[in-house]
Amino acid sequence: MLWEEEIPGGAHWSGVLRRGVVLRLIAGGDDANVAALFYSREQPLERYNMADTLKAQHIAHLTTGCVCYSDMGRILCSITADSCGWHDPLCGLTDAAHITSRYGATRFQEQRNQRYVSGRDAMLVELGKYGLNERDLVANINFFSKVAVDEAGALKLAAGHSRAGQYVDLRFEMDTIVALHAGPHPLATATRYAPPAIRLQARRGTPPAADDPCRVRCPENARGYINTERMYLP
Amino acid sequence: MNDEVVPAGEPWMGVVRRGQSLRIVDLEGNQAVDTLFYNAADTAEHYSAQNTIQAQGRIYLTTGTVLLSNRGNPLLRIEEDTCGRHDTLGGACSAESNTVRYALEKRSMHSCRDSFLLALAQHPQTSGGALTKRDLPSNINFFMNVPVTPAGELRFADGISAAGRHVQLRALIDTLVLISNCPQLNNPCNAYNPTPIRVMTWDNA
Repeated sequence: MLWEEEIPGGAHWSGVLRRGVVLRLIAGGDDANVAALFYSREQPLERYNMADTLKAQHIAHLTTGCVCYSDMGRILCSITADSCGWHDPLCGLTDAAHITSRYGATRFQEQRNQRYVSGRDAMLVELGKYGLNERDLVANINFFSKVAVDEAGALKLAAGHSRAGQYVDLRFEMDTIVALHAGPHPLATATRYAPPAIRLQARRGTPPAADDPCRVRCPENARGYINTERMYLP
Repeated sequence: MNDEVVPAGEPWMGVVRRGQSLRIVDLEGNQAVDTLFYNAADTAEHYSAQNTIQAQGRIYLTTGTVLLSNRGNPLLRIEEDTCGRHDTLGGACSAESNTVRYALEKRSMHSCRDSFLLALAQHPQTSGGALTKRDLPSNINFFMNVPVTPAGELRFADGISAAGRHVQLRALIDTLVLISNCPQLNNPCNAYNPTPIRVMTWDNA
């Protein structure tokens, strides 16, 4: 273990995860959700790309074996373990208007750090620490949330999908700025703002071998690793 | 009334004023039209695929869909659609994603992102770095068929559009429109044969 830290429910976090480090996200309670965005540390204009992630792997959900693509054909991180089974790449963030209409208005003046923070506000704060702003705020992932799409295209958030203690491991393939918000999913129907905490554990990983499950999942991923490894050739 | 034919592989940029209509016609059928919208008065505000599907609770765009911005504001509303549904998950093709999806050797093939970047670099309203790759979020693919299964798979299926079908939008604010008439030759999004589209804008009484 390199380090361990907890994001309280409703709070946001960011940090740099180096190539080769595995970050474990652990749900601190049932029905957790953590919004996530990834940017290259070297050139943040290279960033997580929802569409490229989905179409390269022919998926509309994320789980073990899937990788998170940048818009430059490289892999920012790989999902090497997942006890939850389904993470939502489709539905985006809450914003302040959504939070106020669903959960009520709060201010720091009265609620202190129990105020209700929106996903968009959380990300704007974390991105701002790296000189990034709303132009950089692209489509995000919602870990621990399952949203299935029916034949007509309707989105449905699965109730009771994630349980306390479930985890997902992200092995970083590039030096990456990670921004996280332990806030409610935008399709959540609860009337109380009570998102669970998220525990972070970082440890050193082993480089992806030739038979790495993420690499061999599909020929597209094999090429994504080649593009990524070429950038790190000494 | 503005009325132009845009050949395959070309971009189109223009401003659609509040109250005006924009019609895109799939002239020969099964042509993907990659499209982004910006608030013409403040281009840091742009189309958001996630906000749009989140608000309407479904992934496909069709008549009645209100296109929302990254700030949650309405940009345009789809007022007519003779195709049936349009994709907003598949994004734009790029040289780099082509290397992943098809082969490392496909990097030099023309792509939507190249069209977007050249249009942004040359259009008087966006040249000089006012809008760059940074301002390319997930786009709409008009006429493209990208079904998602209940098991969470994404498919690139044969098109459901046909020659002469159109989609028409009403601008709710002054909107800068960025279109790439898709040059992709490697998947069925254009039936392996990219073809021209017609772009029309007009005032409503």
